[in-house]
Amino acid sequence: MNQIKHQVKHQLPETKVTPSRFRNTIGKYIIKRNSKCVSCGKCAEICPFGVHIMPDNHASPLRPVEHKCIGFDCKKTDHYCIEHCPEDALVLKDNPLLDTMGDYRWPSEMLLGHFAMAETGDAPHVDLEYNLGNSGGGFDKIRFVEPNPDLAIEISDEDIDTSIDLNKTGDDRPQKTISIPCYGGGMSYGSTALSVIIGRARAAKRLNSLTCTGEGGYPRQFLPYKEHVITQVATGLFGVREETIQHCPIMEFKYAQGAKPGLGGHLLGEKVTEAVAKMRETVVGSSLFSPFPFHSVYSVEDHKKHVDWMKEINHNVLCSIKVSTPTDVDMVAVGVYYAGGHIIHIDGSYGGTGAAPDIAKKNIAMPIEYAIPKVHRFLVEEGARDKICLIASGGIRNALDVAKAIALGADGCVIGTADLVAVECVRCGNCESGRGCARGIATTDPELGNMIDEAYVEQRLVNMYMAWRKQWCDILRTYGLKSIKELRGRSDLLVHLDYLDESDRKKYQPAPEYKMVL
Amino acid sequence: MPKKYQIQTKAAPPKFYPVGKYATIEFREDCAGSCKECVKKNCVYDIFKDNYLHMSQMDEPEYLYACNSCFRCIQECTKGIFSRVVNPEYREIGDEYWTPDILGRTWYQAHTGSIPVSGAGYRGPFVGKGFDSMWTDMSEIVRPTRDGIHGREYINTCIELSRRPERLAFNEDGSLAIDIKPILEIPLPILFQHPDFGILSKNVLVSMLRAAQTLGTKMLINASDVYEDLMPFGPFIIPLVKKDNFQNYPKLLTHVEMVEIEYEPGIEKIFGALKAMNENLVISVGLELKADLDYAKTCVELSKTDIDTIHVYANSNGREFESDNPRFIKDMLRDIHLALIDAGKRQQLNIIASGGICMAEHVNKAIICGADGVTIDLPLLIAMECRLCDRCKNGLSCPVELEAIDPAYGSNRITNLMGAWRNQILEMLGAMGLREARRLRGEVGRSMWFEDLEKESFAPIFGERKISIDVG
Repeated sequence: MNQIKHQVKHQLPETKVTPSRFRNTIGKYIIKRNSKCVSCGKCAEICPFGVHIMPDNHASPLRPVEHKCIGFDCKKTDHYCIEHCPEDALVLKDNPLLDTMGDYRWPSEMLLGHFAMAETGDAPHVDLEYNLGNSGGGFDKIRFVEPNPDLAIEISDEDIDTSIDLNKTGDDRPQKTISIPCYGGGMSYGSTALSVIIGRARAAKRLNSLTCTGEGGYPRQFLPYKEHVITQVATGLFGVREETIQHCPIMEFKYAQGAKPGLGGHLLGEKVTEAVAKMRETVVGSSLFSPFPFHSVYSVEDHKKHVDWMKEINHNVLCSIKVSTPTDVDMVAVGVYYAGGHIIHIDGSYGGTGAAPDIAKKNIAMPIEYAIPKVHRFLVEEGARDKICLIASGGIRNALDVAKAIALGADGCVIGTADLVAVECVRCGNCESGRGCARGIATTDPELGNMIDEAYVEQRLVNMYMAWRKQWCDILRTYGLKSIKELRGRSDLLVHLDYLDESDRKKYQPAPEYKMVL
Repeated sequence: MPKKYQIQTKAAPPKFYPVGKYATIEFREDCAGSCKECVKKNCVYDIFKDNYLHMSQMDEPEYLYACNSCFRCIQECTKGIFSRVVNPEYREIGDEYWTPDILGRTWYQAHTGSIPVSGAGYRGPFVGKGFDSMWTDMSEIVRPTRDGIHGREYINTCIELSRRPERLAFNEDGSLAIDIKPILEIPLPILFQHPDFGILSKNVLVSMLRAAQTLGTKMLINASDVYEDLMPFGPFIIPLVKKDNFQNYPKLLTHVEMVEIEYEPGIEKIFGALKAMNENLVISVGLELKADLDYAKTCVELSKTDIDTIHVYANSNGREFESDNPRFIKDMLRDIHLALIDAGKRQQLNIIASGGICMAEHVNKAIICGADGVTIDLPLLIAMECRLCDRCKNGLSCPVELEAIDPAYGSNRITNLMGAWRNQILEMLGAMGLREARRLRGEVGRSMWFEDLEKESFAPIFGERKISIDVG
């Protein structure tokens, strides 16, 4: 135990407060100070959350830091600034801006909650619903079962094992263990700013996890972190060379992507800058639509040839096969197993993307919540479940979704969107065209791409995952589990609100259900 | 090889400022008035360009049609005075089914001719009513090659409107022993329909007909509305007639290739009279899907006559008529399609579905449920900037002056919309590994339904469902 404790402690990176890049943060509440203020400094004196700041050398307080305000809950405390202000100069309101932010899958409070976690490394202190979306189905209606208090154990976060093993085949290739049950999804050079993808690699190194190149080549800046970078081989084969396959511990064959199943990658022409074109060996300004499918793969036998080819180029590489979620995803998964894959990565239809037709995102293939138990069950029946690692992605937004996915049968998850939300993506969806992301995340524009730096990305991601880890540890402790590996397939620990009698349903937090204007 | 069908699109910007989703709010008391750092000047998308040059005259609030929601103006305003709300007018347009989002997307497609593409994942509810409770499938590895939208592999979207013989028969010399009538086909599975409300001026109708002509499809119009001026569009018109008035249009019925007659009991007795007016006339029967009508049985009865097509109508939201608990068109189509299969008649005649088709995905989903093709009416008006504000229903003026629309502009917008829809149809067909729209008909194997997925994936874990979600 001591050894494990030591090992786990060693792997936990340090969190550090990393504030927003923007002058004005977005809070659940707005708090305005009007002209009646006489700068007495009372508010700054009493607020324990740092909403009101009056530096010593300032004659008046700074503008309130709204995202730190706990809002009307503060009324119950003895530091409610609105009542303590001698001049009645402060006004507190719900922020109407939140109506214009977020969507059914990532409501505004989930975005703000993740901003806060990435800033502090802890759960937000404001009453934000960051575990549940407003989608009305899937993860948003699944809950962990009411716990039996007798099962709970007292064990520190450091003593809980959140690592997962990626090589279960028992072949002669190395084991790869990552310290958290998640790794980063593919984001290509071209779709995403270089500083963001390198920042992700730096975070992956500190978290002892992985990130993935996506289908955009292998910038040399990845080399210091190469043990934590997956090389993706997708249908366009951009940047795929023997050397990039030799660099990586894991190689990912991307057959399909959840957000655009049955379609190839899209990088619209405006984002193909000179550097991107050089990396991908293409023409500046020319849209890159990767073909679909691999035109060299029309059968499981063809697929096995691909896997064998990868294994031959790098004798230590593990093979991950990323597929989408068609109706026969279980058969595909078994095919992947028999062809010698180490990881079957299923990407559900509500997953993220840098660019995809809206019609594909909404309508093609099944949500990941259905695919995980389907594949898990089929692999169990085939006797293959303990010999392959099942990784789920596509619509897995937060720590609770990860835990639910694991309880449904996955070994771990791949995260994309949440990584970007940690660096203040608001999911406006304008990643695909023009100069790309106005917030400097998914862009190759020389000006916008400089809005963000690697160190910021690295630390915000470390913070978010450390906050997630605390949530996983809480769940594991509650059910008497010491390792996240023990949670896998424990669907007996889950309930679905629609499958409960009314009396039982009342014991659980209801699913958010409010109308949004999309 | 036959010529590949393509829809040529050309940008047609809106003539009237569309209803934007957002409106700005500014707490002006703290605004410096002419701040050199004003975030409006720095907008990445330059959406304030018509305004910031004359800061003192800035309209407030500003209704933002082109705002891309990056939040930078809000987060970077040096005084923190800038914010945004949902435009109240945006909340009011359309209705529960024809949502503001659908209107906005239709305008975008009619403007650009491009399919809506965006970054980030899906943003909507997990599942919804009607067409939103089914997903289409895709094929992971083993599949025919495709890539229709990028021109690498042709996907055929033709459908037929004429009847097919049950089987071919040959004489001893190898010649055909049966009479094969000319095949009437259209290059995309979408027909136009005369809307039942709205500003339907001559310019509006000509816009629609010109677009139908450009696209090679047809438009259903009440025979009484086919004025002399519209006669040049004869081959693209399907006149709607009734049992008691078809004889009033002998000239029109000789000019057109297809006619639709409204269903009523005993209607089969007059098919002969129609054919007598024009022996090559393709006949469709229009059938309203009413709750008290056994429509599957009625369709089977109709299939035993020699009509070519059955055109079934739901209401504009895709619902059954005259019902307290109206069914959705996808379920009604399944019943009709399966009944015709059981009767051994499905291959001979065509089903066209109307009602509730407002996005490209609905075309494919209706076809999966058993239709051959669909008709659209309101999307034609929306393409021409209609806001479904219902002012015209109350005799008020049209905010986008639809009555005076230039037919060249109107048909351009409709053609753009259809170009965008067809490309989306191709994307879905391609993902499914299908190379023909006709192969999709009734192909439920290429779809996944909410109820089935819940049963298959969740029932073994969670047991019996206690709350039934109304996805009908």
